[in-house]
Amino acid sequence: MLTLGIETSCDETAVAIVADGVTVRSNVIGAQIERHRPYGGVVPEVAARAHLELLVPTIDRALVEAGATYDDLDAVAVTAGPGLVGALLVGVSAAKGVALAHDRDLIGVNHLEGHVCAAQLELGRLPRPLVALVVSGGHTALLLLDAHGRMRELGATIDDAAGEAYDKIARFLGLGYPGGPDIDRLALSGDPEAIAFPRALMDEPGFDFSLSGLKTAVVRELRRREAAGREVALDDVAASFQEAIVDVQVAKTIAAAEAHDVGDVLVVGGVAANSRLRERMRQACAATDRRLLLPSPALCTDNGAMIAAAGANRLADGQRSELGLSADAGLALDGLVLPDLPEAWG
Amino acid sequence: MVLLGLETTTRHASVALADEQGLIASARTGRGGRHGEFVAPAIDFCRREAGIGLEALTGVAVSLGPGLFTGMRVGIATAQAIAHARGLPVVGLASLDLVAFGARHTRRRICAVIDARRGEVAWAHYEPAPGGVQRRSEPRLGAPERLAGELEDAGGEVLCVGDGALAHRSALEATRAGIADEAAAYPSAESLLALARPRFARGETSRPEELAPLYLRRPDARLGWQQRGALHGGVGGAPAVVEGSAGGAEGAS
Ligand SMILES: [Zn+2]
Repeated sequence: MLTLGIETSCDETAVAIVADGVTVRSNVIGAQIERHRPYGGVVPEVAARAHLELLVPTIDRALVEAGATYDDLDAVAVTAGPGLVGALLVGVSAAKGVALAHDRDLIGVNHLEGHVCAAQLELGRLPRPLVALVVSGGHTALLLLDAHGRMRELGATIDDAAGEAYDKIARFLGLGYPGGPDIDRLALSGDPEAIAFPRALMDEPGFDFSLSGLKTAVVRELRRREAAGREVALDDVAASFQEAIVDVQVAKTIAAAEAHDVGDVLVVGGVAANSRLRERMRQACAATDRRLLLPSPALCTDNGAMIAAAGANRLADGQRSELGLSADAGLALDGLVLPDLPEAWG
Repeated sequence: MVLLGLETTTRHASVALADEQGLIASARTGRGGRHGEFVAPAIDFCRREAGIGLEALTGVAVSLGPGLFTGMRVGIATAQAIAHARGLPVVGLASLDLVAFGARHTRRRICAVIDARRGEVAWAHYEPAPGGVQRRSEPRLGAPERLAGELEDAGGEVLCVGDGALAHRSALEATRAGIADEAAAYPSAESLLALARPRFARGETSRPEELAPLYLRRPDARLGWQQRGALHGGVGGAPAVVEGSAGGAEGAS
């Protein structure tokens, strides 16, 4: 069964074709980074405009790379939310157009459900229960997939997403956009204990995150040191800032796995590419005898394959969306039941 | 020839199917703004009414705006996807042309005026022509007072038509211009197909990926953190804010 997956919730125009919910036949991203670079962050109207420009060519390339035609497709899966509503509407409208044009099934997918299902493209059937840390420019959330396939958000950022914090601090330090890769690189030569930045909510119960205080602390500390005439080593700042973020992410994730007696930990989202997060999460999982699942970067960032995979699961379970499917910026995850991958597929 | 037309650039969205003889089926919304939920079911309704599948289509026409950004993108994305998936040619037309065409039975010159929100309107000037109207100016965006100035300068009798004319009635009426009533105020898929049909017949079509919305206004950028960072003495550069408005997600025109 071939599923076309369309993802336009934020700043990646992404289209993929997936066979039987597990085999990536093509996974194409029409990147918008250059368009947002002048603003140092994602501008919703810029994203919506770019999606419209890029979507049809990206669908075309996904078909060519998969060696498929529209006739070969069995269904169209699309991110219905959460995300930027203007951006979502472009993908949802195009998905409906394709479904109508060839009388195919349409299935709306939750973006976070998609991130979790990305793992099945490398692992096959997802282990359950599972705790997933989703960290990117758009979100920082801890999710639980319980033994019955029910999804629940255990916690999320109450202000900035992790990727946003990286972007903003990178901007402040005069680094590039997006900021994650630059800070990661700079931090390699820095001392993560050089500056003790705050770890917000670290010792609080619950699994929420807060990053705006950290951002302010970095700015204040730099200004203080500059005013005192002290040399500021940017690599130390980057390493210490990154360590503060990673510390909380690792601690909260392990605490969530402990609280729910879960042995499998999944880390996805663009920030999952951060080398320090990967290293620290590996250590923490090994130390607590847990298995860490880390999909390859192309499946961690926003992509169409994860949406196709999630859609395929639902379609195999008999779920369909109506043509009136809404784009919902605040689409809730709680209560969603993830159908298991059909036996025949993997 | 079986053509699908999508008009989603104002509050009143519409969808229609037509062949050489004229309209086969159509559907339109009331004032609800939920174009994203309306368009696909409306297409499905029209094709069922017509008793055809979308494989029977020979072309797709769509209104490119100016108008509501989100609505424009819903219509264009849907049209592009259908046309690309079925390998069909497309025709994209300005919403202002459709509004003027709807008022073609007047003897006066016509000014099509669409509400662009934020106190602005988009407009273009037309003259009656055999079987339709002829556009005399490029679509423009600005304050109603600027349009009023143009109408004064032009002199003579002009009929202003469109939701922008209704929203700024007093400013425009002061110039002696007439204001068409609400029945003619919105562009329609029916007008779209009437204007697109001869273009399809003459082969004056585009490929779906060539369709581009007529925004007339640059994107909003909220004051980014980099500017705030710079205000706090940050080392990051502060690029110019494009239309530094704290406006919401929905822009227009
Ligand atoms: Zn994401």
